[in-house]
Amino acid sequence: MNAPLRRVGVVVMVLFGLLFANLNWVQAYKADEYRTSDYNGRVQVAEYDRRRGNIEAGGTALATSKATEGNLKYLRTYPAGAQYAHAIGYKPVNLGDTGIERLENEFLAGTSDQLIANRVKDMFTGDESGGGNVLLSLSRQAQKAAYDGLRNNRNGASRGAAIALDPRTGAVQALVSMPSFDPNPLASHDSREASAAYNKYEQDPEGPLKNRALSETLPPGSTFKMVVAAAALENGVTPQTRIPAGSSWRAASGGNTITNAAPSICPQSEVTLLKAVTDSCNTGFAQLGVRLGADTIKEKARQFGFEQDDLTVGQLGEGGHRVAASRTGDIQNPDGSTDEAALGQSSIGQRDVRMTPLQGALIAGAIANGGAQMRPYLVRQLLAPDRTTTYYTAKPRELRQPVSSQVAGDLRDMMVNVVREGTGRNAAFNGYTVGGKTGTAQSAEDRQDHGWFIGFALDRDGNPVSAVCVVLEEAGDGGSAEAARIAGQIMRAAVTDAGGR
Amino acid sequence: MTAAATPAISPPTGEQSGVRLARSRRNSELSLLLLAMVLVAAYQATIEATLLDTVTSDFWVPAAALTAVFLGVHVVVRFLAPFADPALLPAVALLNGIGVGFLRRLDLDDAAPADRADLATFAGIGGRQLLWTLISVLLAAGLLVLMRDHRSVSRYAYTLGLAGIVLVMIPAVLPARFSEINGAKLWIRVGSFSIQPGEFAKLALLVFFAYYLVRKREVLSLASRRFLGIDFPRGRDLGPVLVVWAISLMVLIFQKDLGTSLLYFGMFVVTLYIATERVSWLLIGLMLFFVGAYMAYVLGSTVGGPFANFYVRAEIWLDPFADPTDKGYQLVQGLLALGTGGLFGAGPGGGEPGILPEVQNDFIFAGIGEEIGLFGLSALLIVYLLIVERGLRAALAVRDSFGKLLAGGLSFTIGLQVFVIVGGISGLIPLTGQTTPFLSAGGSSLMANWLIIAVLLRVSDAARRPVASGGGGPAARPGGGPPQQLHGAPTEVIRP
Repeated sequence: MNAPLRRVGVVVMVLFGLLFANLNWVQAYKADEYRTSDYNGRVQVAEYDRRRGNIEAGGTALATSKATEGNLKYLRTYPAGAQYAHAIGYKPVNLGDTGIERLENEFLAGTSDQLIANRVKDMFTGDESGGGNVLLSLSRQAQKAAYDGLRNNRNGASRGAAIALDPRTGAVQALVSMPSFDPNPLASHDSREASAAYNKYEQDPEGPLKNRALSETLPPGSTFKMVVAAAALENGVTPQTRIPAGSSWRAASGGNTITNAAPSICPQSEVTLLKAVTDSCNTGFAQLGVRLGADTIKEKARQFGFEQDDLTVGQLGEGGHRVAASRTGDIQNPDGSTDEAALGQSSIGQRDVRMTPLQGALIAGAIANGGAQMRPYLVRQLLAPDRTTTYYTAKPRELRQPVSSQVAGDLRDMMVNVVREGTGRNAAFNGYTVGGKTGTAQSAEDRQDHGWFIGFALDRDGNPVSAVCVVLEEAGDGGSAEAARIAGQIMRAAVTDAGGR
Repeated sequence: MTAAATPAISPPTGEQSGVRLARSRRNSELSLLLLAMVLVAAYQATIEATLLDTVTSDFWVPAAALTAVFLGVHVVVRFLAPFADPALLPAVALLNGIGVGFLRRLDLDDAAPADRADLATFAGIGGRQLLWTLISVLLAAGLLVLMRDHRSVSRYAYTLGLAGIVLVMIPAVLPARFSEINGAKLWIRVGSFSIQPGEFAKLALLVFFAYYLVRKREVLSLASRRFLGIDFPRGRDLGPVLVVWAISLMVLIFQKDLGTSLLYFGMFVVTLYIATERVSWLLIGLMLFFVGAYMAYVLGSTVGGPFANFYVRAEIWLDPFADPTDKGYQLVQGLLALGTGGLFGAGPGGGEPGILPEVQNDFIFAGIGEEIGLFGLSALLIVYLLIVERGLRAALAVRDSFGKLLAGGLSFTIGLQVFVIVGGISGLIPLTGQTTPFLSAGGSSLMANWLIIAVLLRVSDAARRPVASGGGGPAARPGGGPPQQLHGAPTEVIRP
């Protein structure tokens, strides 16, 4: 019996060897991953020991920490509730954090390298000064106008988004996604309550957690005509050039017939480019697109920011909210040749063209800003816990130059004409020159159309002060006019919010 | 069993080695035991220093209480089992002391900061564990007193076998409110008092296995058919194996406990293998177990019902982070605690065991691991390994087949139990509710494991005792006699 006993001894050693090897795996190889895991409560206990800094806009705290009696010493609260949820994100105990809360986590928590001097000072003085404060570029008035405007839209659309930015700097003035959600339950220290709230939002078919302004891509409809118009102006066309139009158009190779939104729009065989933009003439732009060619249009769209899949909105160049790429799609037959029917439809923002609301605002902003597209950002300033020292101030950067200032000027004038006497009249407000372009995009056979508006406001000196994009999903008839009205209100709030920035 | 087959310590090659052989090594045991208790006291002092920022003037009281209790056993061993293995008792005492220390540390964590310094010695789960240790050690000493020769228990083999099966079955038969804790029906609960009969069943069943196999080993090991180069037993001899397999599966299904089921089955198959020296038994056993577990998994995913629990556990094991806040919560938190501990740990008292579910029980190894790190846990594993290997050494050295099977089976059972629970909480195998021997809070486990140690001490005493002790040992053996007279068990057949 001794031979098997010895073998059993060896078996036990092998079993213990396996245990030892596995403990090495868990405690050495995976140690860092486990130590910093989102599910590791130890991280949180330490993290919640220090008062997390505020996220503020216009002098008002949008995210702040309140002292509690519990194991976790501070509770994260969001006084403005759902209104800023998509702009700042949220910081739950056990779930993943998002948005600015995630981007500036270390600074807010006070663990960032930038704040090391502060921590050393605390060590000597015995103070507990907490984390740093993040100041956002948002205008409270514009944000409120955008939030209320979307929620109370007259078309009864339940989903949509609005984003406004300063064309000269790229500073985001408003960022709203509808429907929104209240981030407060997510930050609850009761993990069951937090999970329940998260699951409720997650399972809501309307998708309240989705940041539509940045990550939802929809067919842009006629707003895309500004890209085609830009390409045309660079290829010998002027606003006064007459382009072929008509009440209907069908590609020589076949495909669907393109018509205009109403029989009264450009039934003539030729209209000026200015008139085609002003009245949103589909047949004119379809033929203009075919004349320019798919490559020209795709290239122009790319120069405006389409196809970029790594843009983030947060601290300049430092990450933040991820922005989905806008796409023009394949405008070609399977054999590689241009599909004229598809090109015609793509030229009026249909077919496979998809755009984020941010991209719409960037197009309008670049046009208003003399062709210079500024990199969008949300974080304006990082302030020390005691608010005396500024650790960072946003220095606006140009993202790209999609068009020359000459072309930008022509586009701007045409867009101003759209608001003055065309489809975008609802966006106008007193004291400022407003330009824009409406868009009505077919979504699916049995669905209502999406209503779009992209636009900008110029002050008396012609300086661009706000660029905006509003989309109302499945808003139906008059959706783009309603979008224009909301856009006008957002811009008016943004330019009159003197204390906001 | 011939003299040649006995291990190196026993061959009486001369007078001098005979003298060396007769050394009882009780003083080694005593000094090792005191060293272990110093370690336990240091462990408790470190915990207080970390948690209270000061070491209270009576930090040593629990360690001293343990020392007194263990010294009592040492005295019993000194007089009643003088040739017992000197490493067993100190190793177990160290584990038991660290267990008590860690549980007391949990009490300190739970107490309000102001009350921590005044925590009574017998308060909380740490104090209760101290009390259980006292009782367990008394039981172990009592067993040493009553059982002067391990072979005497073979008289009660059938009684114990029946008792073992009854003990296993009681929780399965009882309604869930009397037997279910955390989804596993392993308990008998009366009011706030609960015992885990399965812990005692291990010992009872093993005595029966050992006795049964000693009687049947001839037929089990000789009557066989050769197939694919391996000797397979006859169909009718498979009977008892299949019965135990069925019992294990019933435990798995009705008590929803893979660990205990694996434990019983592994215990039986290994004693069978030791008895028959046939690898085929191991292969058959492993195959049966894996087929059973796989079937339970498949049935769990399709049929559900009684198999669903096992299926869920297997799924958690495959990817604990798939559902980290609900189903995978326990395992994920265990892994995170171990990972946070890293190589050196947060130091005794420096961790956050409060976050870990079941930290006083199933997850005590993870809780301790967070504080003493990979190095500390490796040391604990080595202490366990030491206990198992010293037990196996006793089995090698003892002269009778029953003692070999008993000690070998019990040692392996301790090792397997450590493997099942430590492997479970560290994600090596699916997690099943098992106590960590000598560490986990709870009387049943502690008592049963101390009884096992008493048996191992007794067997190792018999193993190292000089064969022809002319002057006679200090203990007369009432049920003694030459090993060959063990209830007519056949003498060892030396196989070529």
